[in-house]
Amino acid sequence: MENHEESHVTSYALNAKVLLVLLSLTVLTILVIKLHLGAFTVAMALFIASIKTTIVLTYFMHLKFEKPILRVMVGGIFALFAIIIVITFIDYYFR
Amino acid sequence: MSTTEHSEHSEYIDSETGKMGMWLFLFTEIFLFGGLFIVYSVMRAKYGEDFHHGALELNAFIGATNTVVLLVSSMTAAMSLTAIQKNQPKVAIALIFSTLLLAGVFMINKYFEYGHKFDLHLYPGSEVMRNLPKGEIMFFGLYFLMTGLHLFHVVVGGVLLTIVMLRVKSGKINSEHFLLLENGALYWHLVDLIWIFLFPLLYLIT
Repeated sequence: MENHEESHVTSYALNAKVLLVLLSLTVLTILVIKLHLGAFTVAMALFIASIKTTIVLTYFMHLKFEKPILRVMVGGIFALFAIIIVITFIDYYFR
Repeated sequence: MSTTEHSEHSEYIDSETGKMGMWLFLFTEIFLFGGLFIVYSVMRAKYGEDFHHGALELNAFIGATNTVVLLVSSMTAAMSLTAIQKNQPKVAIALIFSTLLLAGVFMINKYFEYGHKFDLHLYPGSEVMRNLPKGEIMFFGLYFLMTGLHLFHVVVGGVLLTIVMLRVKSGKINSEHFLLLENGALYWHLVDLIWIFLFPLLYLIT
């Protein structure tokens, strides 16, 4: 009971709205790829996937309502992953 | 931070650290798949043409269907947490059961998808695959490894959510203690997150 004063309840309606946004973004991904934007296709697909990831993390995984420490940890992990990708490609292209 | 109400405070810390532990585990999962995504990116940069041909072989329709299935199942998992917090265990059970059904649909789709690849003798180690260009071998190898590892996570998530459902039924998980449901849902969302990247990278970008 007591530990609930900080436990946020996400409403059914908000969950449903989040799903609608995610489904729309999926349709958008398919449309973007069918348009054949050349070099931008992969970038756009990954960009939309990142938006979807952010939405899932924020609402479905409740990061919006968690303590800042958890948000910092998750942000840090994704930053670390980005650094690893950059370093790998620097190594791959300039080796 | 209030320093009063000590007994309540310890209860609060307990579920909070339990959740943080789950997140730490999820971080290792992100790097497990993240490493494979990096291999995929480098190989794609190296064998662009072969990856293009490989991706054309994949069934984008099944991929898209499974994307929708996983997104909906992610919502039902998130809603089950809402239900248990609102002290509606019956609703929570129904929602977890829906999530499990959708996981089943996902696996059935995968059965047909893999089945078709096997009919074409496209599987690691087959004669057909060995004679493909180097990059295509790499593409199909990564395809089977990444979707296979993801499928394994779907199975594990299904088992975990089944345990959660049974515990809600027996009342062990209730509106006061629902950490396991929360963590089970977190795991399921991660399965969804990975698919959000797998779907466009493997099935769509040709």
